[in-house]
Amino acid sequence: MQSPALLFFRRLFRRKLVLLAAVILLALVLAALLAPWVTPFDPGAMKLVRRLKPPSELNWLGTDEYGRDVLSRIIFGARASLGIGAAVVVISMTIGTVVGLFAGFFRRLDAPVMRVVDATMALPDILLAIFLVAVLGASAWNVIFALSIVYTPRVVRVVRASTLVVRELPFVEAARAIGVSTRRILGVHVLLNVASPVLVQATFIFAYAVLAEAGLSFLGAGVPPETPTWGTMIASGQQYADDAFWVVLFPGVAIVLAALSLQILGDGLRDMLDPKLRKAV
Amino acid sequence: MNAPLLEVEGLTKHFGSGPAPVRAVEGVSFAIRPGEVLGLVGESGSGKSTIGRLVLRLLEPTAGAIRFAGEDIARAPERRLKPFRRRAQMVFQDPYASLNPRLRVRDIVGEALDAHSLARGRRRERVGELLELVGLPAAHMTRFPHEFSGGQRQRIGLARALAVEPELIVADEPVSALDVSVQAQALNLMQDLRARLNLAMLFISHDLDVVELMCDRIAVLYLGRVMEIGTAEQVTQRPRHPYTQALLAASPKADPDAPKLTRLLKGDIPSPIAPPSGCVFRTRCPYATPACAEVIPPLRDSGEGGAYACILDSIPERTEAA
Repeated sequence: MQSPALLFFRRLFRRKLVLLAAVILLALVLAALLAPWVTPFDPGAMKLVRRLKPPSELNWLGTDEYGRDVLSRIIFGARASLGIGAAVVVISMTIGTVVGLFAGFFRRLDAPVMRVVDATMALPDILLAIFLVAVLGASAWNVIFALSIVYTPRVVRVVRASTLVVRELPFVEAARAIGVSTRRILGVHVLLNVASPVLVQATFIFAYAVLAEAGLSFLGAGVPPETPTWGTMIASGQQYADDAFWVVLFPGVAIVLAALSLQILGDGLRDMLDPKLRKAV
Repeated sequence: MNAPLLEVEGLTKHFGSGPAPVRAVEGVSFAIRPGEVLGLVGESGSGKSTIGRLVLRLLEPTAGAIRFAGEDIARAPERRLKPFRRRAQMVFQDPYASLNPRLRVRDIVGEALDAHSLARGRRRERVGELLELVGLPAAHMTRFPHEFSGGQRQRIGLARALAVEPELIVADEPVSALDVSVQAQALNLMQDLRARLNLAMLFISHDLDVVELMCDRIAVLYLGRVMEIGTAEQVTQRPRHPYTQALLAASPKADPDAPKLTRLLKGDIPSPIAPPSGCVFRTRCPYATPACAEVIPPLRDSGEGGAYACILDSIPERTEAA
């Protein structure tokens, strides 16, 4: 049993949390976009006399093993990490939505497409990504490509499952009876009704992609180490972690903040995208 | 007599393949003249809705002919059905699920216009006109379906169907999902529109009273077959088929003093996967004889412009069953 008051506070808390997540995400995105103007230092500028200095008034989040400013590197790292995540989301969403719509709508395509999807999903995400990057070579573009291949099948699954449901709804039959083209039925009627699970999925994939990029870079199978990303920062800082926790803690916090905010935002989106609830929001 | 608008001959639909398909519709024939309303009645599982969907080619018939204004549409490919889709429309049973929840009323109704390139440049006005035609304020076109009641949604569905100015409307249990008080309004509206627009209708319902009110002629279905077809008056007043009689006996009467008819129907409709031999109704028929299992009774002339499928010449006098 839930008392109305409890329910109310849970909702309020939920909404506030979603709002907070959105603000954090916005701040990260803005920082990434405006990186050259908002960073206190050049992220590549080495100052060996000031290596591994703890957070201070000068270097808010301390310095790394080459005396580079951790805050500046995290802000520039946001560019790479969020940029790669966003690119992966756009690519996997676009391809996954189209493929999923077709697989769900046209029965003949369903089995062959879904077997390929199942086969891809049977491989562990990171392993598949490492393999692809290893074959293609370590670069930001190849990381995007590899992660898109890893996450597209997830989108296909979600879109196909929703399409299977929507396809059978009477308004699709009504559209057919009216003489609406299959293209429009798929592109308007079905797409609009699968859009909210897809959008929710998009935020989760964004979060996974940020994490996976960090993981790949940490393992050395991602972005080359000279480019600051949250993953490469942790990777190069790990051997100094005992003496200088800040070189790994703060990039880690950035990853957690980004991933968590995205997940919370996804949850909130799911609640808010239901048109029946729109008035109540 | 006018040439029929819709002619259905030997319409058959089996779902699934293999040795035991579901025989949803078996050799159904009927015709609807322009402006005429034909009622299809029967219990659930009798194939009413399937026939409605077959007639509009939302389902592919297994066999049989469907002619609309003389043209065979039973086997025409979808791309050649476009002109037909403009002339025959459907009103759905579920006023909630049959409207896309993500579209505004403007686009739900307007889509029908767009699909046939109608009312170009004056789409807005035309949608407004259509909404007013079904008794909704034109200003409501900017709303979403969830902002309307069931009865209002059914009106939107009607406006959508009327947008293309059809000659035939297949109404699949159009009021069964509505409250009784709203049902009457919806039925009045449909009758009014039918008269004003000279619409022919295939009116599908399980409610004999509604069908009697709405229809010129009635076809009674059982297990995918026509048991009896005739004028509304004849079928409801002088049924020739035992099943029609049983259906009439089962429908409640408003008059408490009316003589109570014996409940004639027992049990459930048999499985359409393995229908009984001979007359499909014999397993529940109070007058069944061994001969009923032998042959499928063909439709025979009832003498009043109708037909019925029973080997008995007349229904025996009712005996009060225990």
